[in-house]
Amino acid sequence: MITCELLVIGAGPAGLCSAITAAKSGASVVVLERSPDIGGQLIKQTHMFFGSKEQHASTRGVDIAEILREEIARYDIKLMLDTTALGIYEDGMVTALYKEEEYMKFKPGAIIVATGACERFLAFPNNDLPGVCGAGAVQTLMNVYGIMPAKDVVMLGAGNIGLIVSYQLMQAGVNVKCILDAAPKIGGYLVHASKVARMGVPIKTSHTVKRAIGEDHLTAVEIVALDDKFNQIPGTEEIIPADTLCVSVGLTPLCELLAMAGCKLSYIPQLGGMVPLKTGEYETSVPNIFVAGDTSGVEEASAAMVEGHIAGLCAAKRLGHIPEDFDAQYSSLNRQLMALRSGPAGEHIRQGLASACLNKEA
Amino acid sequence: MENTIICRCSDVTLLRVRQLIADGYTSMDEIKRITRLGMGSCQGKTCSLLIMRELAAAGFPPATQTPQTTRPPAVGVKLELIAKEAENNEKQR
Repeated sequence: MITCELLVIGAGPAGLCSAITAAKSGASVVVLERSPDIGGQLIKQTHMFFGSKEQHASTRGVDIAEILREEIARYDIKLMLDTTALGIYEDGMVTALYKEEEYMKFKPGAIIVATGACERFLAFPNNDLPGVCGAGAVQTLMNVYGIMPAKDVVMLGAGNIGLIVSYQLMQAGVNVKCILDAAPKIGGYLVHASKVARMGVPIKTSHTVKRAIGEDHLTAVEIVALDDKFNQIPGTEEIIPADTLCVSVGLTPLCELLAMAGCKLSYIPQLGGMVPLKTGEYETSVPNIFVAGDTSGVEEASAAMVEGHIAGLCAAKRLGHIPEDFDAQYSSLNRQLMALRSGPAGEHIRQGLASACLNKEA
Repeated sequence: MENTIICRCSDVTLLRVRQLIADGYTSMDEIKRITRLGMGSCQGKTCSLLIMRELAAAGFPPATQTPQTTRPPAVGVKLELIAKEAENNEKQR
């Protein structure tokens, strides 16, 4: 059994930032990461970030991961890669698996769960045919492993992931036939949509996949138009030859560890599904279990990094490591988050987070 | 509907899920006990939101649904490794 002060689960943007800030405050930190490398989704993000200077705007995601790697090395942070957290138990014990070689137990003073999110799936005929993939999975194959994932792609979903992955597929020489979205409007930022539209890719709103076609592998996708109640309109079907259908219909928080620990969860659609309720200090309903990043509501990496800093600051405080400028740091980080979530694009997040607020005194 | 997969781990179709809901199995845990849906290698990450949606369409809004019970371990572990850890624990005592 390994005892430690703070155990961070997940070395994506939220987990790394929480580890850095907690360690800066004086806590000794162990970080568990199931992948062979740190950075989470940052390492496949070849595009430049928006936001402001504090969250590394105008820097590519993959370079932000390197900046965080250098910072991690400067503090009392022990990284355990290839190590998957398996469970959080009632007595605060955490179990983990290193590769398929070693089963381990941890007894931490506090835990920050920063496990991120996973891709949603969709129900349509033949949705298990090889060639039907998550857009994020295709992006990982292409940008992390350097594998040409497809020749001809139909992208389902015109949110930011669908648009950005389409653009990166084209950069890699893949033919993107069209981008579909069931909604009547493009969900992603128009700057991304314009980029792919300029390259000649049709974006078909109010359209979805009727079925995947193929024997052993996808050979074509049948698409169909939708009315304003999302019903398929007969007679509008069209068959598009393709070897890959990328499904990019959003993400949902990965909070199974929190569910095991008995943290109160609630279904909040604006945040992507089941999410933990949390206090202003990012603590869940179970004392000493904190959360940060997409685990507590799907947003993007900039917000995840700031949330990580807040969770790290507050978890360190719980462990007795309170920096002199705690209040100044805490309010500055919250101001950064408010700026990231301002405007119409952040409205659903603001609404969702208001519903996820846990008031411990009440 | 017989070719639409809800649970990739255990090959449970949309047709089967809708039949079960019509038969009165109206929670994730009940459908799980009949079909093993949610018990495979992804532990419900693919199917649980799809089931939630089916139940909502059948008149059970998400807020009234009970989510599936989640238990450790999150991924498969060889019993041998758990036994080794227990042995080490004994030695430490």
